[in-house]
Amino acid sequence: MTENKNYIHSFCTIQNNKIVLNDETVFEAESTSFADFSKQAYKKLEINYPKFFKMDSLSKLAFLGAEILLKAEIDPEAENNIALVFANKSSSLDTDVKYQETISHEENYFPSPAVFVYTLPNICLGEISIRHQLKTENSFFIFEEFNPEFLVNYANVLLDTKKADKVLCGWVEYFNEEYKAFLYLVAKEGVVEHQIETIKTVYKK
Amino acid sequence: MQALIQELKEKIIAVLSLEDINLEDINDNDPLFGDGLGLDSIDALELIVMLDKDYGIKLTDPKEGKVIFQSIETMAAYIAANRLK
Repeated sequence: MTENKNYIHSFCTIQNNKIVLNDETVFEAESTSFADFSKQAYKKLEINYPKFFKMDSLSKLAFLGAEILLKAEIDPEAENNIALVFANKSSSLDTDVKYQETISHEENYFPSPAVFVYTLPNICLGEISIRHQLKTENSFFIFEEFNPEFLVNYANVLLDTKKADKVLCGWVEYFNEEYKAFLYLVAKEGVVEHQIETIKTVYKK
Repeated sequence: MQALIQELKEKIIAVLSLEDINLEDINDNDPLFGDGLGLDSIDALELIVMLDKDYGIKLTDPKEGKVIFQSIETMAAYIAANRLK
């Protein structure tokens, strides 16, 4: 661990058909599928990015969280040195299963290239990077459960070694319609200190 | 031929997840790639799979795709002449 102080700039949670930014609900849908919820959120947030509809569910989840947190952060005229450090439990298993279904039957063997490209979890980081033109450090890790110790330490190292000006950390879990995204932006300036206990508390909300 | 053109438009919107595109947005002669519908290389692969799955047409030479996928009209003409199902 390093001695320099870093701060939680903002945080966002997406679960149970609801998007919450810094403790305030920004969008909520009636009980529905994730596909419908994400489509409604896309429209509500006035995102104009048709590629969104080609993404798998994990990428849509990560993309929506990043969209909300980075909207005010990105300067289109400048290099935005915002690193991405994400993790989850189920990797890209939801899409892996869908892809496997396209190659399971010899008489109906039609592997889908559009599904195949999402059979890696870190593709969601590529989608975020393309959207926000980020040419920065990015890593995706798989853990049995949410691991704030790892995320806090990794983000602090990136900031303290000046590999990044800000770090977008994220837990984006999706499998079989069960999902939770918890994303937060860490910076050198702010009010709430970037500490493991704080992250644990905000994650549980 | 017109029925096939209509069918292709519906299939392309569904298969390529063109959520913001309506049937009437696609003209028969619009380029599918580049300035037209703006499809990308993964979309091209999906179209090749669609030809095989829905019409029994296997493209073995990737260069063929450039000609076949110029527009909905060129696709329909190729399918009409070569379909096995």
